[in-house]
Amino acid sequence: MTARRDFVAGMKTMAPVLPGIVPFTLIFGVVAVDVGLSPLQAVAMSVVLFAGTSQLAAIELIGRHTPAVLVVLTVVVINLRVVMYSVSMAPRFGPLGTRWRAVLSYFLTDHVYALAITEAEAEGSSVSLRWYYLGLGVAIWVAFQAGTVAGVVLGATVPDSLGLEFVIPLTFLAILVPELKDRMNALVAVVAGGVAVVGAGLPMNLGLFVATLLGVLLGAALTEVAGE
Amino acid sequence: MTPASEWLIWLVIVVGGLATFALRASFIFLFGQFDDVIARLEPVLGFVPAAVLAALVAPSFVVQDASLGATLGNERLLAGVGALVVAWVSENMLATIVAGMAIFWAVRFLG
Repeated sequence: MTARRDFVAGMKTMAPVLPGIVPFTLIFGVVAVDVGLSPLQAVAMSVVLFAGTSQLAAIELIGRHTPAVLVVLTVVVINLRVVMYSVSMAPRFGPLGTRWRAVLSYFLTDHVYALAITEAEAEGSSVSLRWYYLGLGVAIWVAFQAGTVAGVVLGATVPDSLGLEFVIPLTFLAILVPELKDRMNALVAVVAGGVAVVGAGLPMNLGLFVATLLGVLLGAALTEVAGE
Repeated sequence: MTPASEWLIWLVIVVGGLATFALRASFIFLFGQFDDVIARLEPVLGFVPAAVLAALVAPSFVVQDASLGATLGNERLLAGVGALVVAWVSENMLATIVAGMAIFWAVRFLG
């Protein structure tokens, strides 16, 4: 049965990525409990959002008592990039039935997209993309949830005085720094970071939004100028 | 957690989850429409990760209790700078976190 074969092939392709996923979700589980989420809420967030970076940002902001509206807005801004993935997969998944499209959409994350599009564009590929993609998605999903649960269990035993929530900005830093090797991105980051520091005293964490907006607009303006 | 904030966390989970799903499903469901609009937005969207991550990170290292805490001996700033160097050289998340937390704890508990 080719569906099953392609599903397993997807899972196998994802396997090498998983050791990098588990520590990340483990951190989420530990810190989520640390900032005051209940174990159920932490796991529910991983199941419902299934988007690690935005989840870390959400608990960071919840820990700083940010209004719910702004937490949701931050989640949306961080996850905006998946719209690009959605555009890219649309010619392949768009013609499928509603149920398939809904399920495949749920699994549309960075790693799943990267590996799926590689297979989709490989010459002479004979796999059924939807089953292969589903294999990729289920493999990372299981690791993601297992890591969260382990983190939640572990988090209950970690004393507050360790200041473990400091792991979150370090995680963001590790994601951010490789992006800075592009000069335009570096400029955008310096401006956004600078504005965020200056605006840190603003109510409701508005500094974060002003900083992000200014950074993105600056990048867009510079791209426009460079293009002319 | 007070009951009110607990309720708000559930709100964040549900609304944030629905919004994230909507972003993922957007063009898979709108197949064939607005593709040219998104093609024009692509260069702008490309700057979002750098901008939002920098805006999240910078205050965590520099600001303390809503005022500039950029003094020597501030464990967050020292750890942030150390982690930045490690991240630049290694491009490895685990190495970055280990280095940052090691400096953070060293300054906090030994300094």
